[in-house]
Order: sequence, then C-alpha cells, then structure tokens
Amino acid sequence: MSLLVDIRKQLGAFTLDVKFEAENGVTCLLGASGCGKSYTLKCIAGIEKPDRGHIELDGTVLFDSDRHIDLPPQKRRVGYLFQNYALFPNMTVRQNILCGLHGEKDRNLKERKLREMLRTMQLDGLENHRPAQLSGGQQQRVALARILVNEPRLLMLDEPFSALDAHLRDSLKIELRDMLQKFGKEVLMVTHSREEAYNMSRKIAVMDRGKLLTVKDTKELFANPGSIAAATLTGCKNIAEAKKTGDYEVEIPTWGIRLQTAEQVQDGLAAVGIRAHYFNPSTKQNRYPVCYTEEMEEPFEVILQFRYADQRAESPPIWWRLPKDRKPQAFPAELGVAPANILLLYE
Amino acid sequence: MNFDWYPLWNSLRIAAISCVLVFFLGIFFAFYAAKLPRVLKGILDVILTLPMVLPPTVCGYFLLLVFGVKRPLGIFLLKYGIKFVMTWYGGVLAASVVAFPLMYRTARGAFESFDRTLAYSGQTLGLSNTYIFWRIRMPACRQGILAGTVLAFARALGEYGATSMLIGYTPGRTATISTTVYQLWRTNDEKGAFFWVMINLAISTVVLLTVNMLESRQKKAVKR
Repeated sequence: MSLLVDIRKQLGAFTLDVKFEAENGVTCLLGASGCGKSYTLKCIAGIEKPDRGHIELDGTVLFDSDRHIDLPPQKRRVGYLFQNYALFPNMTVRQNILCGLHGEKDRNLKERKLREMLRTMQLDGLENHRPAQLSGGQQQRVALARILVNEPRLLMLDEPFSALDAHLRDSLKIELRDMLQKFGKEVLMVTHSREEAYNMSRKIAVMDRGKLLTVKDTKELFANPGSIAAATLTGCKNIAEAKKTGDYEVEIPTWGIRLQTAEQVQDGLAAVGIRAHYFNPSTKQNRYPVCYTEEMEEPFEVILQFRYADQRAESPPIWWRLPKDRKPQAFPAELGVAPANILLLYE
Repeated sequence: MNFDWYPLWNSLRIAAISCVLVFFLGIFFAFYAAKLPRVLKGILDVILTLPMVLPPTVCGYFLLLVFGVKRPLGIFLLKYGIKFVMTWYGGVLAASVVAFPLMYRTARGAFESFDRTLAYSGQTLGLSNTYIFWRIRMPACRQGILAGTVLAFARALGEYGATSMLIGYTPGRTATISTTVYQLWRTNDEKGAFFWVMINLAISTVVLLTVNMLESRQKKAVKR
C-alpha cells in the first residue's frame, strides 16, 4: 500500500516540483499558503493535470506523462475532502451520502451501508436535513461519510479544520484522528498549521514555494528541521545566518556570538535556529549577556524579546517564551541555551 | 362572433418553441464558453451578444440576408420545402436570435459563479459528468437559469422588429400579438389594438407571478 508522486507543473512564474512517497497512515503536507500543497492534491485526484510526471497508487498508475496515462478522477478512487466540504446544497444529507454509494446496485446493501455510515458518523436523525442546516462539525462528518462509503484507496484532506470555529477545532481533531486510524489506508492531509500537522500525522512533508523539501517523521522534523523553511514552518522564531567555525562550534555574526552544538556541524551550514522555549537562565553553556526590549503577555505564557550585547542593529530581536509561573522576579542578565537545542539548518 | 384568436396562439407557440430552443442553446454555449481561453471567449461573447444590442430590425435585415429566398442558403433550404420568410416558424427563428443573448448571458453568469469544488467532489466520488451537470451544476445555478429562461420567453413573446422584417404580417398565417397591435393601431382600430395590448399585459403578468411563486417555493425548500 503506497502512493508515489513525482510531478512537475509550470503555472506562470510558479513552478511546482514535487516528489514523495507515502505509506499507510497520515502524511501531512505542511507549507505556507500558496506553496502548491492543494494543487498537489488536485493533481493526485485528477482535477488538475501536471505537465510531466508519474503518479501511482497501490500499484495502479493514475498518471504518467511518458506513457500517456491520465485516468479521469472518476476512475482514480481517491477521496477528497475539500476545505469547504463541497456538500451538494440541493440535496439532503441522505442524498449526499448516497452519491458516494452510486456504484452499489443492490438496494438492500446500499441502504444497509448508508445506515451503518450514518451511525458511525453520528448523523442519525439528520438524514433529511440540508447542508445549510448543519453545523460545521456535522458538515464535515457528512462530507467524510460521503467519501468513506465510496471506499477510496486514498483519502486526501485539504485544510480540514479551516472552516471551523476555534473552539470546535480541538474536539474535532481528536474525532478525526480516531476516524483516520480506523480508515487504515493512506491519508494525505494539507495544512499550514504546525499544530494540526503535529496532532494528526505520523509523517510530514515540508513544502516551500512549489518544492517539496523533505519528508520526515513528525517528531524528528520538529526536533531537527534541517532547513530554514522547515524550521520556520515548525514554528522556530529565532533564525540567523551562521558560519561553521569548528566541528561543534558555529559563529552567528548578526548576533555577535558563537554557539557550541551537540551535533557535529557539516559543511554547507546556512543558519541556526533556536526555538523560543529553549532559552534558560540557569543553563551554563552558550551563555551571553542580553538586554530586554519588549514584553508581551499571552493567557498562559509570556514572550520576552531581547538582544545580545553585540547584536547588529538590523537583526530583529530574539524571542524567549516561557510559562507565566516560571517567569523570574528580575530579568536575568544572561541567558544560556543547551547545545542540543541549537538547530543546524542547511540549504 | 367569430373573433380571430390566431395572433395569441401564434405568439404563444413562437415564444414557447424559441424559449425551449434558446434554453438548450444558451446553456450549451454558456457552459462551453466558460471553459474557453480568454481571447476566444471574448470574441465568441461579442458575436453571441450582438443580437441583444443591435436594433431588432437590423437583426431582421441580417436574417433576410442569410435566409432570403434569393440567397444561397434560402434557395438551398427551399429545395427541402423549408422557407423562413413569411412563415410562422420564421417567427421562431427571429424570436430565437433576439432572445438568445438573454439566456446565454444570464446562464453564463450563473455558471461562472458556480462553486467548482462541487463538481470536483462529484468527480472524485465517481459520479459521471452528465450526472454532475444535470443534478448538481444545474440545480446550483437554477436561479440564474430560471431568470434567463423567463427573460428569453418574455423577449420572444414581445419580439416585433426582426419578426416583422422576416415574416411580415399576414392575418391567420404570420400575425403575432405585437404585429397585430401595430397593424390594428395603424388602421385606426384603436379598440382592437387595446384588446391585444391587454392580452399581452395579462400574459406577462402571469409569467412574472409564476416566477415569483417558483422562487419563494425554492427559498422555502432550502430553509426547511
């Protein structure tokens, strides 16, 4: 069970060049808006056509430019949950779900599958409602039900939470995660939110301006993003250009400091990243004097902005984020970072 | 009294037939024009919309130029016994040409504002393109399409200029309500003209009432 994607598409000045493999379980395409994530899904679904490339799902070739294979979306058996759920507004919940069962000719079986799906998706009693009468969460469940009764070989979710209110999102994340586990086949999910990617997926593919940079296990990606784009997308606030000065030492000219690293520095280092949570006044290593510039409170955390003593004027202030209950009485004059927390970013 | 009801019957059949014709043609062109590349779409758009902005008499002139019995196409059609000049079905041709842009433009506007993800999700569910067109796209665009159909019907019913150019006025053969009104008024039969004006008013009112009723019923169905 696997999905193979290797496609190129020229869209004006924008080039989409994506190559990856996905296996069972949830894989996230993580990237900023407009980086080509949704377009990639559309190519896999057969809604858009790449210029060149090859798409293969469980051994079936869906698209191959050299062999002139381009299966219509109807024959690909790929489920696609759209951002707005795309429920047919003129049909009831029941009719919407029956659209996913149009291939089932046996009437009794059809009815039974419909009943089953209504129960699994907790939609009992809503059969005769129209999409406009449903809440966001219910709409999402109807859309999923309609896709799952169709028994796709691959499920693709395009920003599944973006149409929902913030307070609904968290409870639906858990619901959806459990459903996806039950589905048991490949799932591709597109998101620009690192939290969603972290919550939902086992693997993350990082996309930046039409290119797919890496595919990594979720935890591994957050621990070691490897590139500037991946570090930014995983929420690293402090990134600065760096030079290798030793096997375990780097220099950051704009910050005016040198840092010891736990990992061996390779050639071709472009920058280092330090997550805002990782500064610590009691850490002995990588300790430098700082001066504070701004403070911003959040409900449970506080963000302090500071500059290193020799930091260049054009370099933006550095973020330190800590829980409110750990905020010190007096701002420490020096801050340290554990060498293991220095992210080495290559180009 | 042996009153001549022919203009009513003739007008209604001309309007009804051309309305059906224009309905399908308008939807067909609107659907495919929406998919064309920009430049081609622009050119096609101008050609298809021209009959709306040209004076109907000019349209009639062009129709005569093409279908006139001394013109190549007219001569060719005459061999098969088809003559658009001075026949009631010539009226269908004239009314269709003039009413077509109204259907085409409103339908195109409706198709362009259609949420494409609906069609895409239908395709990924394996629904055929025909099913998607008639059961998803058309119902989603019904407001615009209904409006276009009504406009086209009303326009076809009221067509005067192109009709009088192409089929003229022959009582009992090509007379329509609008040509009759003019003919009666011209011959100082003001009472007769007034009668047909009232008939026309009545039909138009019924049409508009029907549309309003349909619309409010739809709104209720959506709310339910």
